[in-house]
Amino acid sequence: MILDGKCPTGPIEQTWDKHRFDLKLVNPANKRKYKVIVVGTGLAGGAAAASLGELGYNVEAFCYQDSPRRAHSIAAQGGINAAKNYPNDGDSVYRLFYDTIKGGDFRAREADVWRLAQVSNNIIDQCVAQGVPFARDYAGYLDNRSFGGAQVSRTFFARGQTGQQLLLGAYSALARQIKAGTVKMFPRTEMLDLIVVDGEAKGITVRDLVTGELRTHVADAVVLATGGYVNVFYLSTNAMGCSVTASWKAHRKGAFFANPCYTQIHPTCIPQAGEYQSKLTLMSESLRNDGRCWVPKKKEDLGKKPSEIAEEDRDYYLERKYPSFGNLAPRDIASRAAKEQCDDGRGVGPGGRGVYLDFSSSIKRLSEDTIRERYGNLFEMYERITADNAYKTPMRIYPAPHYSMGGLWVDYNCMSNIPGLFVLGEANFSVHGANRLGASALMQGLADGYFVIPYTIGGYLAQTKPGKVAADHPECKKSIEEVQAYNNKLLSINGKRTVTDFMRELGSLMWENCGMARTKESLEENIKKIPALREEFWQNVKVTGSGAELNQQLENAGRTADFFEFAELLCRDAHHRNESCGGHFRAEYQSEDGEAQRDDANYCYVGAWEFKGVDKEPELHKEPLKFENVHLAVRSYK
Amino acid sequence: MSDHKTMTLTLIVWRQKGPNDPGKFETYTAKGITEHHSFLEMLDVVNEDLIKEGKDPIAFDHDCREGICGMCSQVVNGVPHGGQERTTVCQLHMRTFKDGDTIYIEPWRARAFPVTRDLIVDRSGLDNIIQAGGYTSCHTGGVADGNALLIPKEIADYAMDAAECIGCGACVASCPNSSAMLFTGAKVAQLAALPQGKAEAAVRVCAMTDALKESGFGNCSNHYECEAACPKGISVKFIARLNREYQKALLK
Repeated sequence: MILDGKCPTGPIEQTWDKHRFDLKLVNPANKRKYKVIVVGTGLAGGAAAASLGELGYNVEAFCYQDSPRRAHSIAAQGGINAAKNYPNDGDSVYRLFYDTIKGGDFRAREADVWRLAQVSNNIIDQCVAQGVPFARDYAGYLDNRSFGGAQVSRTFFARGQTGQQLLLGAYSALARQIKAGTVKMFPRTEMLDLIVVDGEAKGITVRDLVTGELRTHVADAVVLATGGYVNVFYLSTNAMGCSVTASWKAHRKGAFFANPCYTQIHPTCIPQAGEYQSKLTLMSESLRNDGRCWVPKKKEDLGKKPSEIAEEDRDYYLERKYPSFGNLAPRDIASRAAKEQCDDGRGVGPGGRGVYLDFSSSIKRLSEDTIRERYGNLFEMYERITADNAYKTPMRIYPAPHYSMGGLWVDYNCMSNIPGLFVLGEANFSVHGANRLGASALMQGLADGYFVIPYTIGGYLAQTKPGKVAADHPECKKSIEEVQAYNNKLLSINGKRTVTDFMRELGSLMWENCGMARTKESLEENIKKIPALREEFWQNVKVTGSGAELNQQLENAGRTADFFEFAELLCRDAHHRNESCGGHFRAEYQSEDGEAQRDDANYCYVGAWEFKGVDKEPELHKEPLKFENVHLAVRSYK
Repeated sequence: MSDHKTMTLTLIVWRQKGPNDPGKFETYTAKGITEHHSFLEMLDVVNEDLIKEGKDPIAFDHDCREGICGMCSQVVNGVPHGGQERTTVCQLHMRTFKDGDTIYIEPWRARAFPVTRDLIVDRSGLDNIIQAGGYTSCHTGGVADGNALLIPKEIADYAMDAAECIGCGACVASCPNSSAMLFTGAKVAQLAALPQGKAEAAVRVCAMTDALKESGFGNCSNHYECEAACPKGISVKFIARLNREYQKALLK
């Protein structure tokens, strides 16, 4: 099937305004008759629930954490992009649009990206009005910094805690609606099924994580804002609870999964220290404004302390390879460059998997106090984890899985191929193409939540009668029975290996064979090994306790079971895409100097997969990508 | 960083099935722990052993494991988050302990935070306080340009100092009165300092103070334990600001 993204046509500058006018409206008095479910309360979900509640819809919001304020958006450090052009350095909506299309290696939809760039300025205004304490200069104006993949300073920030402050802004707007009674909040509640009636999304089945109770919630539309899936690698910068579960359950009910192979490996993370490790910690990309990446030129220098290696014996590889962007090369490129140096046997630290991020020349130029003012909390965090003082010795960093550009397929209205199912933020695939630029995730989450879904959901609801499905619909009963049976099965296996043990093995297969570089052979190995490991999981996993109580093992077992099915799809997608683009690097397809080589003639499309059953091959649907404003070109940062 | 020395530790952990269960301490041994394990990774090791023995693992809250989500909440040797300055328990590393140590692990203890299970407590009281007024009543869309109101750096920095609160509740757990006045004061001060929050300052402080009482938190009597326990180092000066804003509101 050829998929249609339903993008508006005509001059790109007018597409969103025209589309907004064309969308049907729901009468203010009728809005309260419509119930909308929002799953996930990070930037996208929190902003959506608050904005829809404020419009007058009857909203129910769900999150697995104990409070909506804890969603993983909170961990974003560096900042949020907007095309304000406050520094007068040549920025514009068009430039942000262009940078994002190019940064995504020409694998995103133009119209969606244009809209993102257009509303980016409204987001900053909205957050300031909420009391988000963005950094300001002494005169009181908003301050900006630079980020990877851009040559203008368009990133707004709140110390190293921008995600936290933006999330607390959305959380406060949500809190206001909870008090007003327009939003009913269900914390510690996990979505375990999507209810589809007559082809439309009409509700969800959830598990109360405290009591274990399973119940259904019906609604007129369901919005998923449930984040990304890179915990499929086991070790990632994601929070421990981040999973593919909500998206996967929707996929199993018919929602197409688009471009799952586009995964972002972030270049600046603290290297893994041991087998026991549960997660990896990111060091903000903003550090690359003042930190320089290097490894020793000579292998015989590897055992030395960094301070003992002479300046001329250091290889500042990003500055050497990409002179115009230098240390601010985009993430996919910076990550691969680090891997290249380590593969060449010049990586530093245990196992040779690390590169230096060195602040000494910036400290000399600007003073230690200035560096402390800019990144103090990050240096503190680094020291807590590694016991090293990065003011005195360079940080040691290595790439780690961080973000997923792929996600559920949506059209221009953020609606999936299942009518009534909307998908926002990292959970959808729409704007980042094959690689996301720094400080664009926060922008997308809030754009979708504050400024896209409030309009586009009206277009769907205006054409549907409220309350079509009642809580006692047979599909609801069936859904609960299925979830119950699934959980009972997990609890009854009583095998020998723990859930974590299985997840660690799956993650290692994914990292080795489907990580920063992939080949036809490595992917075929995974497509063979994953189903076998999945089968062992269902025969040999051990989950103690019962389903009728707080049971963190059962939660993890369910999420791991979904990762087992999803991992195979990710590998199949990577296997079918015979090109390299952005975060998807197939070693067979590279230029002479090791850069990603796209194949626009054959792969300039969105690959959206349809579920056909576990152990059955999924079906591929294509949405061709057209570039009418930015010309397809080899992406260069040299 | 490579170090093959491992530690063996004795853990005395609070186990409680539910809010109405009496609960008790149980003793466990943590083996094979290195100085690079985080405190929660050390508990992961113990839990894996418990699962293999067919026993219920220790339930505890955690999520980001990088000190920002505010989910983790354990009293370690009598101190919320374990007592390392400006550090959540998920960022506490085992290099601060030594082989043979005995470690006591308990949940936050406060009437307003009933125990859900083991080390997990119910902190919805903190959400109630924010819902009472911890926001500016701006609408989505239709707001002024971000630079329309200038905010001098000192004011923006002051607001950011307050806004750093991660809502973990260590301030409550450390306070002899189980007061949430540092938590509340930080939000009141952040919004009262900014021009965007000034218009509702009086209504906000009264509503949030009422919610504080209704949720069962106590009052501040200047012990300053909260500031010492706070993983973000939020200053008690924000409690003074809370009191000042409250008095100003009463005089209106």
